[in-house]
Amino acid sequence: MQKTGAEILVEELIAQGVDVVFGYPGGQILDVYDELYKNSDRITHVLTAHEQGASHAADGYARASGKVGVVIATSGPGSTNLVTGIANAYLDSVPLVAITGNVGVPMLGKDSFQEVDIVGITQPIVKHNFVVRNVDHLQKTVREAFEIARSGRPGPVLIDIPKSTQQTSCEYECTPIIPGARESSPTQWTDLAGSRFEEAIAALAHSKRPYIYCGGGVIASGAEAEVLELSKRIHAPIGLSMMGLSAVPHDYELNLGMTGMHGRHQSSRIHSQADVIIAVGVRFSDRATGDVREYAKDRTIIHIDIDEAEINKNVPVDIPLIGDAKEILSALLERVEPAHNEEWATTIAGAKAAERDRNPEKFNPQTIIRAVNKHFGPDTIVATDVGQHQMWVMQNYVFEKPRTLLTSGGLGTMGYGMGAAIGGCFATSKQPTLLFTSDGSFGMNLNELATAVSQKLPLVIVLLNNGVLGMVRQWQTMFYGERYSQTTLDRKTDFVKLTNAFGAQGFKATSLDELEQVLSSELPTDGPCLIDCHIGQDERVLPMIPPGGSIDDIVLD
Amino acid sequence: MDKQDTARQFAVGILVNNHFGVLNRVAGLYAKRTYNIDSLAVGETEDPRFSRMTIVSTGDDYMREQVVKQLRKLHDVKEVVLFEDNSTVGVEHALVKMKSASEYSAGISDLVERFGGKIKDFGPDYVVIEITGDHGKVEAFLERVGRDAIIEAVRSGLISMSRDLGQVLSVAEYED
Repeated sequence: MQKTGAEILVEELIAQGVDVVFGYPGGQILDVYDELYKNSDRITHVLTAHEQGASHAADGYARASGKVGVVIATSGPGSTNLVTGIANAYLDSVPLVAITGNVGVPMLGKDSFQEVDIVGITQPIVKHNFVVRNVDHLQKTVREAFEIARSGRPGPVLIDIPKSTQQTSCEYECTPIIPGARESSPTQWTDLAGSRFEEAIAALAHSKRPYIYCGGGVIASGAEAEVLELSKRIHAPIGLSMMGLSAVPHDYELNLGMTGMHGRHQSSRIHSQADVIIAVGVRFSDRATGDVREYAKDRTIIHIDIDEAEINKNVPVDIPLIGDAKEILSALLERVEPAHNEEWATTIAGAKAAERDRNPEKFNPQTIIRAVNKHFGPDTIVATDVGQHQMWVMQNYVFEKPRTLLTSGGLGTMGYGMGAAIGGCFATSKQPTLLFTSDGSFGMNLNELATAVSQKLPLVIVLLNNGVLGMVRQWQTMFYGERYSQTTLDRKTDFVKLTNAFGAQGFKATSLDELEQVLSSELPTDGPCLIDCHIGQDERVLPMIPPGGSIDDIVLD
Repeated sequence: MDKQDTARQFAVGILVNNHFGVLNRVAGLYAKRTYNIDSLAVGETEDPRFSRMTIVSTGDDYMREQVVKQLRKLHDVKEVVLFEDNSTVGVEHALVKMKSASEYSAGISDLVERFGGKIKDFGPDYVVIEITGDHGKVEAFLERVGRDAIIEAVRSGLISMSRDLGQVLSVAEYED
């Protein structure tokens, strides 16, 4: 049957199981939007306020659902507005397909109106990208794009579709989607019987102080149960990178919580005392390891990762096991003998007991987050923005289930949260969704409140308002002689009125009692609300291991 | 990763799809990882769907390992080999346009012959010489001719392949 490029694209999206896409229309993507209009009973399009918001929404949707997120934008500024969102997905290995319109093939390369080389612009921040100049290649390209996005180490893929390709017809049949070579054998790991695998078994057998360092790859691979089983089998405590934070239930006795720069003190301390580190799906970010030489000293590092290029990239690895984390851990579990070192167990138990709360009765970031936490169930999707509030959430919110945390790890994108919360809300069929943000981050993309209102999304936005760019201010306090260059906001924004102006409910809380009152009241179910919580401008994120430092340099208070 | 291993020049051979933009992706990867390219040569293979590249750059063991692994992640890259000096044949071409006045070109025919070169073109004021050989040989020729005598010199960059049948960047396995 003859179909136009625009028709083929929409059919292929549906064939991929895509039921919601996020985007913003424009001149060079009109044909695709015309097809979305005709197929609105089969595929939902969510109109955002800005393409960046759409890109973060697609990212949040992907993280929360485990499916590929899809974002659509027009050429030129529409496509450049996606760049931050694509980079964000790239750094956090989120499967995303970004579709952009472009000027027709005869107009390409002539600096035509709203023409940019988005394929060139996004090259360093995608797994791969395509320009589809010939409609005959469109079906194959879309299928390849989805396959690349979700296979191996997931990531973003961009498809640039000139308007002439959208309008031209070709013979089309929507054949069943067969997983390609990349997916049918997702791993290059053929090492199972090889020497490295035996080395890993031996290292674990001899270890007196094993430690599992677990990252986002555990969630991507769905290896949560295997990590837990290995931990129990050899009595290894688990420390988590931020990307891995929701992989292990909070109350599991050997879960020490986040490790690294702003991780839990005891998680980082025990991390530094381990003789064997089993690192699963992590990339040893500088935020997690600190001083790399100190980190790798006098210990054996077993690194399990699907991306071979991560081996030895940031930290020298003793035993690399390359492939899917779930497969490798399953293979290890068939061989690893139970072990229990009493001395290590005592150390870990002591460390857990040493964790203490600070000022549990005062109105501060910690108590605010914990108070909010009590009102939401373990399935609630929690999005954050970037900065101090993000770290406080990591330290104080109790995550029980994988894929409930949407946060910008690698890129550290202020303004990520609003879009991500919208995407996360769609991934749970509009269940109540939390966003923790701050006046700085929220100010960047608060326009997406309009989206949450028009889509009737039950977002609860908890805004930690300190009137400063807190994280940068904290660094200025600690490392720049309290010279607060451009971090005092001095704005007069009334967030309650602002929220009202968008057509949503706003609340203000200045004490735990007031906060409790708001949370206990009937929060709207058919639209967002915002709780403006005023906190001190000199609240700091602690503990902190200064950049490039080690556990010995930790700042506790 | 250890700092004690020193930087040295090395070549990689890459089999890539012969599409527009692929060179950009490969070169962009070097730039993104902050690696400098010393020379780059690319040409179509015996199968027009693919090209082979030889890229020379300078780095330590850490960088060599990273370059190869990161290149393998590019979807237009089919295969990558790291060439080891002792198991690789490599040549470079140079075209040298030099002044033909006698103070520069005396004995030039002998020199070209000794280096196995050819005179490709000449006129009243100039002569164009082709030289082929490893990097050192081309370098030596240019030195002998002397900077003052050279009007312009163009070098192809190294092209390399493995000496034996072990590290072949074959296109035969890719079906039509």
